[in-house]
Amino acid sequence: MVHAFLIHTLRAPHAEDTGLCRVLYSCVFGAEKSPDDPRPHGAERDRLLRKEQILAVARQVESMCRLQLQASGRPPMDLQPQSSDEPVPLHEAPRGAFRLAAGDPFQEPRTVVWLGVLSLGFALVLDAHDNLLLAEGTLRLLARLLVDHLRLLAPGTNLLLRADRIEGILTRFLPHGQLLFLNDQFVQGLEKEFSAAWPR
Amino acid sequence: MFTAGAESLLQQAREIQAEELRKFCSRVSKLLREEDLGPDAIDCLRRLFLIVSATKYNRRLDKTCVDLLQATLCLPACPEPLQVLCAAILREMSPSDSVTLSCDHTHNTRQLSLVASILLAQGDRREEVRTVAQHVLRALESRQPEGPSLRHLLPVMSKVMGLSPGALQEDQTTLLSKRLTDWLRYASVQQGLPHSGGFFSTSRARQPGPITEVDGAVATDFFTVLSTGHHFTEDQWLNVQAFSMLRAWLLHSGPEGPGAPDADDKSELEGSTLSVISATSTTGRLLPPRERLREVAFEYCQRLIEQSTRRALRKGDSDLQKACLVEAVLVLDVLCRQDPSFLYRTLSCLKALHGRLSGDPACVRVLLPLARFFLTHGEAAAVDSEAVYQHLFTRVPAELFHSPMLAFEFVQFCRDNLHLFGGNLSILTLSFPNLFKFLAWNSPALTAEFVALLPALVDASTAVEMLHALLDLPCLTAALDLQLRSWPAASERPLWDTSLRNPSCLEAFRDPQLQGLVQHLLRSKASGTTQRLAPLHQLLQPMASCARVAQCAEAVPTLLHAFFSAVTQVASGALTNQLVLLLLERSDSLYRVPQFEARVHRVLSAQFLALCKLKPSLVVELARDLLEFLGSVNDVHGRASMVTSVVWAIGEYLSVTYDRRCTVEQINKFFEALEALLFEVTQSRPSAALPQCPPQVVTVLMTTLTKLASRSQDLIPRVSLLLSKMRTLAQSPGASSPHGEEGTEAIRTRATELLNLLKMPSVAQFVLTPSPEVCSPRYHRDVNTALPLALRTVSRLVEKEAGLLPG
Repeated sequence: MVHAFLIHTLRAPHAEDTGLCRVLYSCVFGAEKSPDDPRPHGAERDRLLRKEQILAVARQVESMCRLQLQASGRPPMDLQPQSSDEPVPLHEAPRGAFRLAAGDPFQEPRTVVWLGVLSLGFALVLDAHDNLLLAEGTLRLLARLLVDHLRLLAPGTNLLLRADRIEGILTRFLPHGQLLFLNDQFVQGLEKEFSAAWPR
Repeated sequence: MFTAGAESLLQQAREIQAEELRKFCSRVSKLLREEDLGPDAIDCLRRLFLIVSATKYNRRLDKTCVDLLQATLCLPACPEPLQVLCAAILREMSPSDSVTLSCDHTHNTRQLSLVASILLAQGDRREEVRTVAQHVLRALESRQPEGPSLRHLLPVMSKVMGLSPGALQEDQTTLLSKRLTDWLRYASVQQGLPHSGGFFSTSRARQPGPITEVDGAVATDFFTVLSTGHHFTEDQWLNVQAFSMLRAWLLHSGPEGPGAPDADDKSELEGSTLSVISATSTTGRLLPPRERLREVAFEYCQRLIEQSTRRALRKGDSDLQKACLVEAVLVLDVLCRQDPSFLYRTLSCLKALHGRLSGDPACVRVLLPLARFFLTHGEAAAVDSEAVYQHLFTRVPAELFHSPMLAFEFVQFCRDNLHLFGGNLSILTLSFPNLFKFLAWNSPALTAEFVALLPALVDASTAVEMLHALLDLPCLTAALDLQLRSWPAASERPLWDTSLRNPSCLEAFRDPQLQGLVQHLLRSKASGTTQRLAPLHQLLQPMASCARVAQCAEAVPTLLHAFFSAVTQVASGALTNQLVLLLLERSDSLYRVPQFEARVHRVLSAQFLALCKLKPSLVVELARDLLEFLGSVNDVHGRASMVTSVVWAIGEYLSVTYDRRCTVEQINKFFEALEALLFEVTQSRPSAALPQCPPQVVTVLMTTLTKLASRSQDLIPRVSLLLSKMRTLAQSPGASSPHGEEGTEAIRTRATELLNLLKMPSVAQFVLTPSPEVCSPRYHRDVNTALPLALRTVSRLVEKEAGLLPG
């Protein structure tokens, strides 16, 4: 099962280090078991920990993506689209997976699968023994849906104030973090449902 | 896309002040109280979501606002965007004590699902997980199998099980198993009717027709995730969800419970039941629910395997087929572990599958779970695992090292299944050259994995070869890049480093004369021999500036450390000697990537000292090689750390206390060699080509010479002469420029101290060659500081003494 889904910024590999890696959206499905903490403000501390875990994952994904782009010799501006009409070639987007050991930063060992599209990083934090092929496919699907339905290719749009659409997509395609075996027709059916609730 | 506008928006959200937030909350509350929840409300909620989620610190929202959010979420009729935003805000705030939602307030399953997501995010402080589980189960039980919207609830169950396996009782598990069985096996085989909400419609006016397979043919058997149609019925949705959570459910409700390791006595049981079980499946209905579910799961997996032979019309379906194959194999593995009677039927099916997939590079990732299955159950069924490994370890890494996902999965496969290899670990250890290809190409992602895997790969028979391979890892990266350029293009986008077009070495790479070396570098199995790849280093020099090569070079020191900590566990005396010789030889013969040599030298010199400490007698055993090393050092500056370590080790361990075989002759021979080296480094004029050697080298040479003299006292006059010459040299006016002020000062001071020490030969011997009993309670663990301290102390004593004596 998926523990978390996040979208964050990806800075170009050779750019000067301006700014930080920003998590633009994150959704944690369920919560890690909180240790018995009698101190006050335990809830706030848990939330802080959760946010920091997500940020740690985002930073690591950014660095992996940057290293992969450098290694393949792609120019730094490769993450920007050529034009808003071209479909984004997701099968050739930089992607990868890495493992996080127990305690660093999550309690359990987890695997992260990531994808880099349009200077945005998309990542799924999975349990250690999940079906990676399915996770990869789901991540690609989510990226495609978000790019399409949030019109991310059009200049000037951003996803910061569109959380309702992102949530709508997640509740259908990754409900409660459950990876679904959706064939093409099911995907189309769900997309139609989504478009009905969120007209363009 | 992250523009400056977005950055400032994020900034505003993070920096909003408490007062402003309070005003905003009251605006939100006002909007939510209205009858008509329009676009203004949605817009405000979007902003509120951003404010809450943008910062990792807590945001205090007004109680009224939070209560209204909760109430809006649970309204009987509420547009979905609003519901979803309320839920998202409450979830983002969690865990929080101000969330007072309860499952009782929900009117339909969609709301229940949203409320559950918030409750499950509270961290289970108040047993929320169990409460949610009970509620959802009640909802699942109370409705008919074809009731609307149950599909919102199954994922919640799945999540609950993952978070807290004990949240369900025995009878509840049994009941849910029954429902899952129905959904998996008896979903409708007719297509659903079109409806805007996608709900099941009872109108029978138009028969939409049967479901189809992914290749367009009419479906031949029951509905599965690989069945398609234009519209779907509710139970077909539930079929998809049930399969998606099947493996986790089987593990949860299995006899051994979640996460239990394979028991050794299972194989005995497997062996005995094989002869009894027939090939036909049991009559379904008479089995208890759990066993019935397993039977249905088995049939489902077999059907998926059959369906995956069809040629899908759409790319998305083709990808799904592969994911389904992986899942089917994983589920079959679980089934066979829980109930060995499935083994007989499964094996023939999976062997056929393996045969079909071996030749297809697109399906290579399915081979990994298959291999794991054969590893786990192979013994019971006398499967020829050799053939499985052969293909997997020999061909796959050599051809597909460039795929980052495959590389990751392959290495995980090795790591996670070490215990299953048992006595066959040599398959893994002999395949290290192929495994290193994954590492060389994908070093940032895989370095940590290999550091964990190395202890299993390291073997006394291949250690020397492996060390060479690790030192040549960046060279392997370069060679793999050139190899990719030579192959026919595998994909649209080139896999090699596109910033380097037509490297000059590509032609030379194909030179027949070098093919022997190239093939050795690119070999798939440990060959048992080593070859000097210096000509390849030179040839591949243009590639040394590639980013991928540099990344690999950065990873090598870490890997070397991991290698040495593993190899010292298994190394015999002879192997230790071989490794030391390797270190000395290779320190001069490394692929020239910027900064690579310096970093590797640091590691090698540290490891050299560690090996000497483990086996001090190697200094005496390898005396001839060490002498040769000292004689052959041309560029001391380039190998300063190695030279320092070797010289120090000689001074420390070339004595009778460490090896009885140490002779005076040996000490004298070393003395001469070190003396010659000292002259060479101090007399030669520094130039641009040969920079001055660091002062540490000079001081360690002087100290070692003195140590040797203290053991063979005839040498004392010679060394005293040497030291006074050095002191004079350091004191002369033009001396400071080559070594710098500090360096010259250090040389002068050390020379003086050593000279003072030599005035008392017996004390010198005690200080410079302490016996082991004296060494052990040393208070300074860092040996580099202990001796200078001793020298300084003695020196001061001697000078004081000299002052008191007449003349």
